[in-house]
Order: sequence, then C-alpha cells, then structure tokens
Amino acid sequence: MSNLSKLQQVLDSDQFAVTAEIGPPKHSSSEGIRHHAEMMRDYVDATNITDNQTAIVRMSSIAAGAHVLNSGIEPIIQMTCRDRNRIAIQSDLLGAYSLGMCNVLCLSGDHQKFGNHPTAKNVYDVDSMQLIENLRRMRDEKVFFCGEAIKEAEPQFFIGAVANPFADPFEFRVDRLEKKVNAGAQFIQTQCIFDMERFERFMEMVRERGLDQRVHILAGVTPMKSWKAASYMQNNVSGMIVPNELVERLKNAEDPKREGLDICIEQIKYIKEKVKGVHGVHIMAIAWEEVVPEIVEKTGLYPRPKVG
Amino acid sequence: MPEFEPKIVAFCCRYCAYTAADLAGSMRLQYSPNIRVVEMPCSGTIEHGLILNAFEKGVDGVYIAGCNLGDCHFLKGNVRAIKRVAAVKKILDEIGLGGQRLEFFHIPASEGTKFAKVANEMTERIRQLGPSPLNKNAAGNAQKEGGQTV
Amino acid sequence: MIVAQQKPISEIAQMISDCKKVLFLGCAGCVTVCLSGGEKETDVLASAIRIKRTLENNPLEATTFTCTRQCDPEYIAGIDNLVKDVDAIVSLACGVGVQYLAERFMDKWVVPAMDTKFAGGSVVHGLWEEKCGLCGECILHRTGGICPIIRCSKSILNGPCGGSQYGKCEINKDIDCAWQLIYDRMKALGKLDKLMEIQPLKDWSKSRDGGPRKSIREDVMIDE
Ligand code: SF4
Ligand code: SF4
Repeated sequence: MSNLSKLQQVLDSDQFAVTAEIGPPKHSSSEGIRHHAEMMRDYVDATNITDNQTAIVRMSSIAAGAHVLNSGIEPIIQMTCRDRNRIAIQSDLLGAYSLGMCNVLCLSGDHQKFGNHPTAKNVYDVDSMQLIENLRRMRDEKVFFCGEAIKEAEPQFFIGAVANPFADPFEFRVDRLEKKVNAGAQFIQTQCIFDMERFERFMEMVRERGLDQRVHILAGVTPMKSWKAASYMQNNVSGMIVPNELVERLKNAEDPKREGLDICIEQIKYIKEKVKGVHGVHIMAIAWEEVVPEIVEKTGLYPRPKVG
Repeated sequence: MPEFEPKIVAFCCRYCAYTAADLAGSMRLQYSPNIRVVEMPCSGTIEHGLILNAFEKGVDGVYIAGCNLGDCHFLKGNVRAIKRVAAVKKILDEIGLGGQRLEFFHIPASEGTKFAKVANEMTERIRQLGPSPLNKNAAGNAQKEGGQTV
Repeated sequence: MIVAQQKPISEIAQMISDCKKVLFLGCAGCVTVCLSGGEKETDVLASAIRIKRTLENNPLEATTFTCTRQCDPEYIAGIDNLVKDVDAIVSLACGVGVQYLAERFMDKWVVPAMDTKFAGGSVVHGLWEEKCGLCGECILHRTGGICPIIRCSKSILNGPCGGSQYGKCEINKDIDCAWQLIYDRMKALGKLDKLMEIQPLKDWSKSRDGGPRKSIREDVMIDE
C-alpha cells in the first residue's frame, strides 16, 4: 500500500502550496473538526493536525486526522517527542499510515510546563532530528528505528519538520535547518512570521546554501484578532518576535480583526512575490479557522491546483 | 495572680549591643530585669540550633542584637544573623511556638537608650504572648493564660 | 554530589507521629556539603520536632547522630547500639542512605527527612544546580562539556529547539538554554562543524530505563 501525498505533488510540481491548521478539540466529539475541514476543503492542500498543542490534552492528532481525511482534506499529522517513546511513535505512525495519512510533521513539542498537566512526566526519548532521520530510514531503508527490517508495507511518509528563524542562536538556525534536511526533511513549515526583515535574512542564508533547492519551505503566518493577542505573543511566547509597529497598527485600527486579516494577506502577498525560495504558505489561524478561505482567496491562491 | 515575668535571652554582639548594654548600665538607665545578656563575638555567630536550644530550655523569648547594616566588625555578620533569625522564625511558626518570640535588633555601641528601649519592648511583647509552653516553671500559668499549648 | 533538600517539618513530624523514641541520623557526605542533612541540620530538625511534640502534649525523645556516610554498610554498622531501642530512624541522608538503613535495621521504621533532588554542585553559597542526569553513557565530549540530557529541558541531543531565545530556555527566563551554551562553547573552540553531525538515538538502557544498575570493579573486590 502506498498513499500518495497531494501536498507533495503540489510542491514537487513547483506550485505554491497552501496549508492550514486544525486544532483537535478538548473533548471527544468530531463535529467541530469536521466542520472546519469541510469549510477549508477547497482552499488548502493539506491541514496540520496539532498534537496536544501547548501540552493541553486534546483529541489525538491521528484520530482527529481520520475525521479530517473523511471530510476530504489531507491531514499533516503532527508528532511531538514529548509524549511518546520510540515504540509508541512508530506504532502510532504505522496506524496513521494504515488509515491513509501520508504527511507527518516532526517536532519536539512544547514543554508540559505550559499545559494543563504541568506535573506530568515527559518522554523525550527521541528528538525531532532523530525522528526525521528514522522516519526516512523506515521509508527508504525499510527498517524500524532499532534497525530491524520491516518485512512489508513500510510507511512511506512525506516528512516535514519545523524551523524557527526567530529563535536563537540566529546564525545556527540555518545550520539546524540544513541538519534537518540532511536527516530527511522534505518540507519545512516555519514559525509564524511577524518580523519580515529577519525572515528575509534567514531566507537569504537558506538560498546561499542552496537549501531551498533541497527542501520545500512553507512560510508560517498567523492572522491576529487584536493588539492584545499580538502583545501576548510578543511577551509570553518564547521563540517569537512580534515587532512593535505591528502591535501599534492593530491598536490604532478601527476594526482590529479586519486589520489583522489585512496584515496577514499583505504578508502572504509579499512573501509570495518578494521572498525567493519560499514554496508555500502555512496559515495558522489559531481558533479563527473560518477566515482561512478569505485569506486564500484574497491572496490569489484560490482555486487550489488539482493533482493526482 | 502575680504578673508573668518572662525569661528572655539576648544574644548581643560584643562590638555594639553588648557595649550598649554596658553604657546603659553606666548611664543608670532602668531596663527590664528579665533580660539575660549573652556576649557574642559577632551577631553572625548565632546559629539556628542555639536559638532552638534556648527555647527548648524553657526561655520565653530570644533576641539577637547586632550592629547597624554596614557597621559589622566582620563586614556581614549581622546580615547573616538577620537571615538566620528569619529562618528560625519560620521554623517557630511551623512548629507552633510562634515566630514572634524571636527577633533581631540593630543596637549601635553608642546607644545605651536604644538598648534599654529594646529590652523593655521585647519584655512587653513576650509578656503579652504569655509564657512559652516549654517553660516548665510557668507551665500552669501557660494553661491559664491560654498559651499556645494545643 | 547528590543534592537533597529537607522536607517540610510538619511532613516529617507526621511520619513519626506515633513514635516515642526516635533517632535523627545525619550524614557527613553530600548532604553536609549541600547544607541540608549534616550535623547542624540534624540537631535543628530534632530540636524543632521535639518542641512541636511537646506543644502537642506528645513528648518525643529524640537523639541525634551523624554518620560518616549512610551509603556505606561499613559506616552504618557502627550505629547498631544507637538504634537498638528507638522506635524509628529519621534519615537526613539522600534516598540511598535511607535504603541502606532500612535494609540493615529490618525491624525499624525508617523514614526520609529529605527530598533527594539531583546530581549537581554549588553556584554560590546556598545555591545548587543540577548538572548530570546520570544517563550511564556520557556524551559531554560531543557537547562542549555541557550536558544536554539534564540541562536541556527536553533532553534534546540535536538542539537547540525553537523555543530558545535570548540565551534562555523556553520553560523559564531564569534558565539558560543548554544548547545556547553548547553552541557558544563549540563556537569558541572552533568546533561548530561537530554540531552538524546528527546525534543518533540514545541508548537509554544504560540509564535508569534499563532497570536498576550496578557498577563493578573486579580488581578491588575481595575474594572470599
Ligand atoms: S551526558 Fe550523561 S553522564 Fe554525561 S553529564 Fe550528561 S547525564 Fe551525566
Ligand atoms: S530552549 Fe534550549 S534548553 Fe530549553 S528545551 Fe529548548 S533547547 Fe532545551
């Protein structure tokens, strides 16, 4: 069995990809995610399904991914290293692939300190780099993480990773991206971009090393609802840079939500036209999924290409 | 009923409070006779265990007297003493004896009056608190006065 | 050394509330150095609990002693006579000492006065920090002498993660990002290329995950 990733086909055929994000609910009903999936279906190539994001217990990313898949969108299963050891990771991903999911995004995961179970024990048996490398080996060398052969039906994941141009040490961020590409990452989604200047510097270094030729980079963007949300991110989320001008612009806006959307739309247009080496955009409309179609339309990214 | 006469130990630094006590004497200042003064080479030589031992022996109150901040003969002895006193106060609160029975005071060598004032204040404070429940001689007293016995 | 911290007095008192005669046993090893379970601390704890019990009309006979090392059968063998007629032993050693006592004095109630925290050292007087996760297979030669296993909040071997900012770890602005430190050190040593090697999956079986471990030096073992 081999699942064909639509996202991969879009990217490999040099088309500008669009992905979004669906956060599974803090309960056991699939209604909301199916609703979001149906709403976004024609506007994105795939959606990330977050894995207990910020360490808050939610429906499992793979179960939620199954609902999303049934609603007609291709999921990108996020897999963090926080909650599962190498046994559980492989087992869960074999299961995900058997359900028809073929995109996986490897991340370390937010520390449990931030979530609703701060007294939990974390796992971190594997780190994101090792996860990427070993998933590639599963696919290309047909072996489990331990080296033992997978006799049949090895999962052939389209392997994604994240990069954060806004974290430190800045000079090492491109090195680490390269390390991830060497490990086997095929697509990269970046942290939300608010500081365009820094992102452009990052991309310049990426291009200098030819990394944009070796991996598909999707620029992460987030529409913001209010200046308070922006200022919260500015001060409380480690690894984010939110320039003051942005906060001010939202503060002075008559209709901050409208302004937030406009900013996001401007950013995408700018990235698409001006920043070389970016192959797509990843829209993280956190708890604001309904604006994704509008953003996609207004940035001229609609309709999505038909592939497969 | 005769008024309760507390037994109080004052650990006094030789370079300041102890000298101030002498001065108070030569100035013929009246101060509480309830205070037993113990001379210390520095207030910083006080130890947690020493304070607790005094309470175990049945004293009703303890205070440590050292130099003003910045005037310690050994530079920082008084700072250390203040921290230790705070730590022991916490223990006293935790075990139910009450941290108010313990205090730190700054008494410079030249201030005989302050020495007398502190002695009187502390005596009054402890008198208000009543005898220590560990003070065997005043044990009956403690019950009557609703001391901190549980 | 092993760094431990005393539990709240009320918790310790609770563990021995029905005992009349108790030995408070300090340790002259690590816990003396980290000022938590040496002779002084043992006396203070015994004194405090004695006072507490008197106030509760449940007097306690408390004796104190400080062993050279509680993690060595040789040294605890020497306290047999002190233990003989007590109802309980409150150990101010790390968890290792408590267990050696429990093993030797089978019929005694042995309780821990300490929370054993980590392997580390002192930063300044009165402050200790964790340095080693006792992983069983040291990799400090690959990380510039800075341990990512325990000093990185996520034990990342190919860091730093995306939460590292301004030199600090994402979990707390007071905690240095271990990977920033590793980066800085490797850079200063001119060895940044080493950080481009993908560190393979760690063999945690050499750590606690392989079950309780033993360490052996046959050449010093005494033949029967
Ligand atoms: S690598 Fe392992 S042995 Fe070395 S310092 Fe870190 S935890 Fe300790
Ligand atoms: S910020 Fe640094 S220390 Fe903290 S988890 Fe990330 S890499 Fe580890």
